[in-house]
Amino acid sequence: MNLLLLLILPLISAVAVLVTTTHKQSRTIAAVGSALQLLLCFFLLNQFLDAEKIAGEKVFQFTQHLPWFPSLGIHFDLGVDGISLAMILLTAVVVFAGVLVSFTMEKLHKEFYFLLLLLSLGAYGFFISLDVFAMFFFLEVAVIPKFLLIGIWGSGPKQNSAMKLAIMLMGGSALILVGLLGLYFFSNETGDRTFNLEVLSQFPISYATQLVFFPFLFVGFGVFTALFPFHSWVPDGHSSAPTAASMFLAGISMKLGAYGCLRVATYLMPDAAVYYAPIIILLATIAIFYGAFATLTQTDLKYINAYSSISHCGFVILGIGMLNDIAIRGAIMQMVSHGLMTALFFAAIGMMYQRTHTRLVAQLGGLLKVMPFISAIFIVAGLCSLGLPGFSGFVSEMTIFVGAWSNPNVWYRVATILSCASIVITAVYILRAAGSSVMGPVVNKNYLHLEDATWNEKLAAMVLLAGIVLIGMAPFLLTDLLSPGTEVLLGKITNTL
Amino acid sequence: MTNSTFILLIVGLPFLSFLLLILSSGSKLTQKVAGQIATLLMAVTFFFAAKLSLNYFASHLTQQTAELLVNYTWLEFGSGLAINMGVLLDSSSSMMLLVVTFISLMVHIFSLGYMHHEERIANYFAFLGLFTFSMLGLILSSNIFQIYIFWELVGVSSFLLIGFYYHKSSAVAAAKKAFIVTRFADLGFLIGILILGYYGESFDFTTLISRLGDVNSPQYKQITMAGFAGIQALSWGLILVFIGGAGKSAMFPLHIWLPDAMEGPTPVSALIHAATMVVAGVFLVARLFPIFTVATAAPLQIITYIGAFSALFAALIACTQTDIKRVLAYSTMSQIGFMMFSLGVIGDNGAGYNASLFHLFTHAFFKSLLFLGAGSIIHYVHSNEMEDMGGLRKKMPLTHISFLIACLAISGIPPFAGFFSKEAILHAAYTSNKMVFFVGIITSFLTAFYMFRLYFTIFWSIPEYPKTNEHGEGTWSMKLPLMVLTLASILVGFIPFSKYVNSNGIPVEGHLEIVFSIGPVLLSIAGILLAAYWFKTANTKPQRLAISMGNAFVWVRNKFYIDQLYLYITKEIVFKYFGKTAAYIDKNLIDGFYLSLAHFTGYFSFFIRGIQSGNVQHYALYFFGGILGLVSLLFYLLSY
Repeated sequence: MNLLLLLILPLISAVAVLVTTTHKQSRTIAAVGSALQLLLCFFLLNQFLDAEKIAGEKVFQFTQHLPWFPSLGIHFDLGVDGISLAMILLTAVVVFAGVLVSFTMEKLHKEFYFLLLLLSLGAYGFFISLDVFAMFFFLEVAVIPKFLLIGIWGSGPKQNSAMKLAIMLMGGSALILVGLLGLYFFSNETGDRTFNLEVLSQFPISYATQLVFFPFLFVGFGVFTALFPFHSWVPDGHSSAPTAASMFLAGISMKLGAYGCLRVATYLMPDAAVYYAPIIILLATIAIFYGAFATLTQTDLKYINAYSSISHCGFVILGIGMLNDIAIRGAIMQMVSHGLMTALFFAAIGMMYQRTHTRLVAQLGGLLKVMPFISAIFIVAGLCSLGLPGFSGFVSEMTIFVGAWSNPNVWYRVATILSCASIVITAVYILRAAGSSVMGPVVNKNYLHLEDATWNEKLAAMVLLAGIVLIGMAPFLLTDLLSPGTEVLLGKITNTL
Repeated sequence: MTNSTFILLIVGLPFLSFLLLILSSGSKLTQKVAGQIATLLMAVTFFFAAKLSLNYFASHLTQQTAELLVNYTWLEFGSGLAINMGVLLDSSSSMMLLVVTFISLMVHIFSLGYMHHEERIANYFAFLGLFTFSMLGLILSSNIFQIYIFWELVGVSSFLLIGFYYHKSSAVAAAKKAFIVTRFADLGFLIGILILGYYGESFDFTTLISRLGDVNSPQYKQITMAGFAGIQALSWGLILVFIGGAGKSAMFPLHIWLPDAMEGPTPVSALIHAATMVVAGVFLVARLFPIFTVATAAPLQIITYIGAFSALFAALIACTQTDIKRVLAYSTMSQIGFMMFSLGVIGDNGAGYNASLFHLFTHAFFKSLLFLGAGSIIHYVHSNEMEDMGGLRKKMPLTHISFLIACLAISGIPPFAGFFSKEAILHAAYTSNKMVFFVGIITSFLTAFYMFRLYFTIFWSIPEYPKTNEHGEGTWSMKLPLMVLTLASILVGFIPFSKYVNSNGIPVEGHLEIVFSIGPVLLSIAGILLAAYWFKTANTKPQRLAISMGNAFVWVRNKFYIDQLYLYITKEIVFKYFGKTAAYIDKNLIDGFYLSLAHFTGYFSFFIRGIQSGNVQHYALYFFGGILGLVSLLFYLLSY
């Protein structure tokens, strides 16, 4: 299959949205476009599984080599392995659900769907690129629409949040760029310079160079994935964004960073990864614990989910930092799981906000009686977030814990125990939020006549939920998909240990 | 049908009941027939479970070996570690299979009458199905991680059922408390699993036990060599696993959730918080018993003393409570304390283990009978408070008789079920640890006292209950389970239990030490007589005694202020100092740093903006200033 389809389809639907005249037309085209993306991704998965059977050793499938700036050694190299495929599927699901929950968009609907589809284009491009420069390009493609989405359609101090998000992510990008140039100039010093991931991974980069440039790349990508203390954009950005943008931001955008940390920083500079691992684990543990505690006292549902995302993405970083097969697999599972779960959470919060016009826990209450479906979705997302077995959160967190524990270093064990302890705090804030916003007596009599979810909202929630439950009940499907990829990622690390 | 088909049905049907009812809970028809569907499915489940369980015992008369019926790799981690979904059938899980499905069926039938007027009845039965499924998964687990999974699932079913009346704030608070306290305990369990799995290089029970339960295996040597803070890794693992068990089984100091859990519908309390889920901790320790016996003495000693202390502590509190369900809740805690310390004392030839599981078995019947009886009383008087009751014996004859028999059983009066198991526990304690035996004796005296305090206050106290309720004692579906369970409470004690369920798979002939039993039975009778003296007729003796005891009584009645202590720690310390601080740091320090960075950039750009003002005079000034500077520099340099 030609991976370019993954770029062409969003592009066509984005452009098609622009030429529509009514809201109904634009949302239909956006929904159909994103549904087609989803179908395409499943088709891709099917093809991939077939191709994998006959491919043998080869990990990347459907590879393509298109010249871009040949004189500089920049090419448009495409290819997917199990890891990127999982991310692509995640993107398709979240974008589809995001479009579905935005059907009641009040203003500038054309532009809204256009930007949303453009975002998905950026994400697909990032995940299918095997050229680091192309990855960087698509990463940037995904930043600007976020700024506009928050700034125009957001709520609360939206300009401020949009600015903060854009500047911090740009700052992260600047760091990444420095790191990329380092890779470019100090890898293949005698031969042709290249940005190709696979070629780069063949050349040994000197230990000193790795030590210098690894932090740039890791922190740069880390900004995207809310690495402590570069997470400042997360709470404000998530809270001000409109529902679909929140879903994309937490569901996919944060995963772009984690994917970059893994695929670029850790994969290409394994020695530096080993060297910096204790610091990474320290930062991850702080993020996990501190994010959880900061969530405890939040009163706005979106802030609760934003801070809890910091904590949950801390697990991803922890898994990467542990640098062993089990933990890294767990980290990727957590990326998928958190993407689905947090999107579901934001979708439910958005539906509640749209009806009650408040996100403050104290002003909600008893919604289970009024809107059983939305409330049930909210509770289920919460249960997934606190790692209940049967949902995806459990399997991914447990994989990270088991992987982390297999490192006998005492300090790593302390970090693991602290991370395990955070799931208790998670239970506290989730039950606190669910207990007072959807359970309990009905606080506001005006809520009594509110409507439950519409068909499109139900469909969006069910699609996300299906993913969560499927991974939670049959985790082997996901681990089988990921395993060959993680082995390659770690191939160089086990050599260095 | 093969055994694995049986298993599929036994575990699958309750789950089917859950799925079916929850997915169709919106329709009116489902709400109407939910109870019947769920009960029917449960009856079929019980039938197959009983068949499987009896088959097992019939085919393993001489030696109870464990059978791995199903084993399926669910989540593979690598390096030998994997979560397998399997079914391990041995004597203890067969016994539990019988208990769980039987009590669940009784509770389903009782709920048909008790809950029929509730809206959302489909959700209720769906959650009962989810609970039964999870509990069956728990007891049949072949893998320690699998047991953890179902452990969490019973926790969430318990949460959903306690919070069934979700519009009541107190029910929501109780549900949250139960979930969070047990979650906290499960943290210990999880880390314990990680430790045992890491050194045992497997999560499967059979492998784990064969490696860590064998002093000659390399894994055993490794785990006993490793340690932290002066305690062996093996002891750490076992103690941490026990903490998980203590949380579910409401052992001190993790017991605070159980009394509050009584906010749930009463049949739920009978099923979850009396007979099945709360004994999961005992079952967990029993599962790992072979490892406990080869480890250092510390873990078992901790279990013994925590069990004994909880038994006495809860019995004391039970004497002062006025809410009928709370008395029963503390009594449950106290009885589980018996099971725990009995496991801990080991006894001769595993007598403690056998006695503990025997008590678990008999307790399930008479305690669920007590709760269902309480449900039927609450149904009649519409109150949980003992002071609203009294003189009910004529209005509710069946409930009266069954409650009396259950009280006699729990007090250990022969020939009722509790007598046999409690004697076995006391005897095991007597031969191994006199101090624990002493605590046990006092507790059984208190047990008889508070149970008959309850009995006399409800059914006697005043000559006749003043109001008459037109629905009478309840429907046949409420009466039937009471009758069946009464029968069970009389009979199950006569089963030669240790012949079937025992610590090492080799049948032990149970025998009763008649001479030994005289003392404890007399003490229990004394407790009953004391309760009769104070509570059979309404009088002021109890109040006067309570006043004369002063602060001691107030402390006990307020449950030693443990709840307040927890509340203080969570609200005043965790929330205020940790939560608020983290939020403050984030808002002011970290976000503040970026904000000041932005401000600094702003100031800086403002500053340099002044240079490029567009004002030609300024540019001319800079230009000539520059020239002047350069020329003077030139002169300065040339002068050398």
